[in-house]
Amino acid sequence: MTAALTLTGLTKSFGALRATDNVTLSVEANERHAIIGPNGAGKSTLIGQITGEIRPDAGRIAFFGADITGWSVPKRALAGLGRSFQITQLCADFSALDNVALAVQAQQGHSWRFLRAAQSDASLRAPAMEALARVGLAARAQTRVDALSHGERRQLELAAALAMNPRLLVLDEPMAGMGPQESERMIGILQALRGKVTMLLVEHDMDAVFALADRISVLVNGALLTTGDPAAVRSDPAVRAAYLGGEA
Amino acid sequence: MGLNRQTLAGLIVIACLMAVPFAAPLLGGNYVVTLATRVVILAIAASSLDLLLGRGGLVSFGHAAYFGLGGYVVGIAGFHLANDVPIFGWAGSNEALVVWPLAMLVSGFAALIIGALSLRTAGVYFIMITLAFAQMIYFVFVALKYYGGDDGLSLSARNLFAGERVTNPATFYWISLGALGLCLLVQWRLVASRFGMALRGAASSERRMAALGFSVYGYRLAAFVIAGMMAGLAGALWANLNRFVSPDMMGWVRSGQFMVMVIMGGVSSLFGPIIGAAAFLLIEIALSGRTEHWQVIFGPFVLLVALFAPRGIWGLIRAKGEP
Ligand SMILES: Nc1ncnc2c1ncn2[C@@H]1O[C@H](COP(=O)(O)OP(=O)(O)O)[C@@H](O)[C@H]1O
Ligand SMILES: [Mg+2]
Repeated sequence: MTAALTLTGLTKSFGALRATDNVTLSVEANERHAIIGPNGAGKSTLIGQITGEIRPDAGRIAFFGADITGWSVPKRALAGLGRSFQITQLCADFSALDNVALAVQAQQGHSWRFLRAAQSDASLRAPAMEALARVGLAARAQTRVDALSHGERRQLELAAALAMNPRLLVLDEPMAGMGPQESERMIGILQALRGKVTMLLVEHDMDAVFALADRISVLVNGALLTTGDPAAVRSDPAVRAAYLGGEA
Repeated sequence: MGLNRQTLAGLIVIACLMAVPFAAPLLGGNYVVTLATRVVILAIAASSLDLLLGRGGLVSFGHAAYFGLGGYVVGIAGFHLANDVPIFGWAGSNEALVVWPLAMLVSGFAALIIGALSLRTAGVYFIMITLAFAQMIYFVFVALKYYGGDDGLSLSARNLFAGERVTNPATFYWISLGALGLCLLVQWRLVASRFGMALRGAASSERRMAALGFSVYGYRLAAFVIAGMMAGLAGALWANLNRFVSPDMMGWVRSGQFMVMVIMGGVSSLFGPIIGAAAFLLIEIALSGRTEHWQVIFGPFVLLVALFAPRGIWGLIRAKGEP
């Protein structure tokens, strides 16, 4: 079976800094794969190359067997690559429901409709409501994004990604800036997705990573230190030295 | 939804516009009707700019170019007819139902070309490049001595409307108001449609839209063409109202005035640009009667509006939290 995502020799430099250093990695279908590493290790840069916002200097990216290295961000999204941002990127003056409905609209590929009102279109509303319900935001559907709490916005990011029916869900620190209760809730939501969606997760919260991931890759100074199952990574002396320290 | 403040205010605006021809005899006759016609025509241009500025988040600083081109289509078609010299084998025309759609096509085509090039840039570059294109067209018409150059072109008469002469100011007002009504109806549907959601989403967060799978360039370009066509219609009406066109119609001062009308009236609203156009004309009349340098007073006034009512006059009507 082809892997969901295969990175081969991916490299990206910012001036003299090698933010991604010859990374070769694969995410299997239905796997939940986590990337961990200290701040500045190059996790977001790696995500940026996978989603298409950043062009790699060298290397290839394959998505379910197709070479997507040269594809634009929207083309990758329509091919089934859903993502959430580390720093929330939402349409702030839209309601929560409208944000998710946009995801559905993009999937349906019919945005060249000029006359019918989108906000009363059940073929957009129903799937969007379903995605909101999955992340526990159904009651906040009509609330404008700028009136949502930080935690709710993170959930909304996830709902929008889910509404895309992604073949691969890429999440950049979905728990960033959340309190312990909100984090726990988000972990619960992500756990409920087990077996339903392939996931590539960047996360700082070690409890979350060990609770969620089937496999973990450790990134240090842009390079891949190791990949393995949680138990192996936890006990790997090189990982402990480079990153986990006394924490694990 | 009930009758919220915006709906109520919108109905009042519509009622006032409809009442003008009936109230005019009490207020000052044809002068008032002509003034109201100017408001209505400028409102068409301003509201078409709002589709870009407000809904699309695209600060186009050359919108007068499409207004002026629309006017010149009327002027040139009339010029060739009056002088009995065919243009590309066409005798020219004096029929509104031929010339006005042609004005919209020409302006829309110009918007397609200019939009296609300028939408590849963003931010300040976008503002500068749209301004530069408009100034280029402006200087082309200044240099076109055949069509009057700097002095412009006079029309011997207004266009016939479905074969009928339109000499009564009130009749021309109703025609202009009908055009405004159509444009607002189109905008109203457009903004609420899937296309409108894509356009507004791109204004709100381009990164988010790309991540969802939207290639926003095409939607923006379509908005550019639609706005250009509406501005072209406004220009054709303006040429008919004044029976005169000149390069001033497409200069940067005009473009700036359209922006002021939108911002003062209220961006991203259906009726804001109408109020903005009315406020602009009334202030112009009030101030220019006192001093030749009225713009010196007007400039800071606009600044104050932008500072204290960032969503314009309509923003004061719009209740908190309303879309
Ligand atoms: N656009 C950029 N220009 C220059 N340096 C950058 C840019 N983006 C990231 N970096 C640098 O690359 C390194 C990796 O950053 P990042 O991928 O954000 O790390 P992480 O997400 O693991 O914290 C950091 O040293 C950061 O300062
Ligand atoms: Mg990061």
